[in-house]
Amino acid sequence: MKNKAPSLPGARVEVRLAGSGGQGLVLAGLVLAEAVGIYEGREVAMVQSYGPEARGGASKAEVIISDAPIDYPLCTSVDVLVALSQEAADAYCWDLKPGALILVDKDLVAHPPSSLAVALPFTAIARDKLKKVMVANVLALAAISELTGLVGRRSLEKALIARAPAGTEELNKRAIALGAKLAREYKTRQTGEALPELGSEDL
Amino acid sequence: MHKGRAKLLQGNEAIALGALAAGCNFFAGYPITPASEITEFMSRELPIRGHPFLQMEDEIASLGACIGASLAGRKAMTATSGPGFSLMQENLGYACITEVPVVVVDVMRAGPSTGMPTHSSQGDVQQARWGTHGDHPAIVLCPATVLECFELTVTAFNHAERFRTPVILLADEMTAHTREKVALPEPGEIEVIDRRRPTVPPDWYVPYKTDGSLIPRLADLGEGYRYHVTGLVHDERGFPTERLEEVQAFSTRLFAKISRNFPYLEQVKAFRIEDAEILVIAYGCTARAARAAVRIGRERGLKIGLLQILSIWPFPRRSVEAALEGKRAVLVPELNMGQVRREVLRVNNGRTQIVSLTKMDGSMIAPDEILARLRELK
Amino acid sequence: MSTVHPSIVYDWLRHDKKFPHVWCPGCGLGIVLGSLVRALARSGLGKNEVVLVSGIGCSGRLPVYVDVGSVHTTHGRALTFATGIKLAKPELTVITVMGDGDSTAIGGNHLIHAARRNLDLTAIIVNNQTYGMTGGQFSPTTPLGARASTAAYGHIEPAFDISALCATAGASFVARATVFHVVQMDKLLLQAITRRGFNVVEVLSPCHTNFGRQNRLGSQIDMMKGFKKAAVQASRWDKMSESEREGRFPVGVLVDRDRPLYLDSYKRICETAARLRAEGQI
Repeated sequence: MKNKAPSLPGARVEVRLAGSGGQGLVLAGLVLAEAVGIYEGREVAMVQSYGPEARGGASKAEVIISDAPIDYPLCTSVDVLVALSQEAADAYCWDLKPGALILVDKDLVAHPPSSLAVALPFTAIARDKLKKVMVANVLALAAISELTGLVGRRSLEKALIARAPAGTEELNKRAIALGAKLAREYKTRQTGEALPELGSEDL
Repeated sequence: MHKGRAKLLQGNEAIALGALAAGCNFFAGYPITPASEITEFMSRELPIRGHPFLQMEDEIASLGACIGASLAGRKAMTATSGPGFSLMQENLGYACITEVPVVVVDVMRAGPSTGMPTHSSQGDVQQARWGTHGDHPAIVLCPATVLECFELTVTAFNHAERFRTPVILLADEMTAHTREKVALPEPGEIEVIDRRRPTVPPDWYVPYKTDGSLIPRLADLGEGYRYHVTGLVHDERGFPTERLEEVQAFSTRLFAKISRNFPYLEQVKAFRIEDAEILVIAYGCTARAARAAVRIGRERGLKIGLLQILSIWPFPRRSVEAALEGKRAVLVPELNMGQVRREVLRVNNGRTQIVSLTKMDGSMIAPDEILARLRELK
Repeated sequence: MSTVHPSIVYDWLRHDKKFPHVWCPGCGLGIVLGSLVRALARSGLGKNEVVLVSGIGCSGRLPVYVDVGSVHTTHGRALTFATGIKLAKPELTVITVMGDGDSTAIGGNHLIHAARRNLDLTAIIVNNQTYGMTGGQFSPTTPLGARASTAAYGHIEPAFDISALCATAGASFVARATVFHVVQMDKLLLQAITRRGFNVVEVLSPCHTNFGRQNRLGSQIDMMKGFKKAAVQASRWDKMSESEREGRFPVGVLVDRDRPLYLDSYKRICETAARLRAEGQI
């Protein structure tokens, strides 16, 4: 089920994934870029932060998605911001497009850059339900897919399995399912529809 | 679009793949940000093919090993960034005077000195031209996209082999670290040039005697052609000489073998310049911002165009001259204090207004900044 | 050792091209050249199988006189070029000729790493304890207290022991000779050239023009006599006391050992890499 968010222009979409070093934002960027570029056939460019900032401190990956060849490979006006730490949310929110989707970790970002930010407990769910904090990034990717339709879940799954170490396929699939579920839950809350409790069959 | 399957590739990976596609079968390097991915890639790929990979004790040694390997018949490459490139200048001059094909990748980072290792810069443009001492020709290529990283590395090898000279691929941190979806050309689609080797028997071989091409034939060491290679100015037989007429003839030929091929070496890409009133001249990562600025500016009705320079040395005088024709103003954005602007000024020779947009804070020049500067020209 | 007929020596030299040589009359480099050519003639190698590589300085001019592939490189960098040549074409016998300043000052880093790497190369280091070509400035092997063009009041830095340095850095074979002990030098060079691994022969050679003159050591003959007096065969050196060793040095084979050979190890790496690729693991 794809929901195309009306705020995203088709020509050029800018996604910024930010957090602190070790949260796997660069890997998330790679997976998103490959999912869109290789499995969905669109143009894609990705730039990541390097050096000291990649190891602790605020770290980020920027993915540009377009139907035309991409000239400038950096974000100039961000359509989707994912922030998994307060520091990243503070540092990388200055060039958001009006109406941009801001997706933050509910527990790690106490003060989102905007009251319109979508706060979901990626890290907590990854820790509690999957016993792997490190897949919070995958949950976030699945949430992007669910909330924007920018990338299909199947493509994300394929790209992730191609990138991730052998033996983590099941874990990653479950993480994608959970992330999508979280986002669906949120959407339902927004529209006021009732959603069944998160059951074990989803895991 | 090329035939190959689309992949998500980083600029540095594309450089390494370009080298392999061009027949590179020797690599020696020293780790340095932001070029290390090239060295790492070659350390994985060359052993698979049974070819030598070396991590040397420094950049001086890396280029020394490459020149030695090239003399023994290999196609050699090394990769570094500003600080290492400075160390390589000594042996770069040696490769010039001994006319040994070799490819040197310099992924520019903010300098001088250690500078800002993970930030982009275009500060080595003039070093790439004049870094080694003494007067010498230089061929330097400047990619802006991941695909150009691949293509220009192939071109760099072809120029090096064809002209028997070191060729520098001048990338920048931004271009080298950007990942893009690209489809690379298949081996059959790539033109690969190899150096001309002697066809005469060893006894007849005069190592630095040239035919009409001004480019002598190069024999591999150990193939029976026993000759002398020296960084001293040498005569046709390769032996040191200080005889005035021989020295002059040598220096003249060293330049002429490149300068008579200027038209062949010129490589630029024009984007919407035909009816442009204002021209942007850019190269490397800045060219991408400039292209975006032209796209956005045109949407807003601005008559602007871009001339992207790929062959930065020898400076593409003819193409720039032609592009300057009839323009009201020319903007040269670059991540340095105006190293290419001075070349544009030289070529312009007072014809039109040349303005600069320089940046040295480690961040990119954004399309908006170019547009803002263009608006000032109104 | 078999005798080498003069005509064979003649055959190995670029006699019709490069002579007379550039060195001062009485310089030890001519003796090193003769010794090297005899060693090459005895080695059984053909002229097409040998490449001579040198750096800058008086020693840098040596390869041009030998009728093999010869590469006169940049100052201190001979070993880096040699490393590239050897790896590019492992079937070649690659010999470097360097001076003391060349190999242990500007090229010191390359020397220790070449020794550590243990690629099959021969390094002939002609040690005249000074920068002869540039006018007698002090080098890393100039003795403490000696005079030099840049040590007008006496040299205050201790000297490198080149052989000990190479031994510590990991060379497979280290030997010292002097230009007085020519027969021994012939033998040591032959050993070094025909043996695998990184092999060093340090040759003490007089520079009467600069080092000798500035330190009032007399003529080249007097300096040769000095070598004769100071040199002690390695076998005897081990039995000497500290006080007996004062002012003297050992000659002969100092280190001769088997260490992992770079080329063999690299070949294994290639096989592993190719297998992993064939199996689709990388």
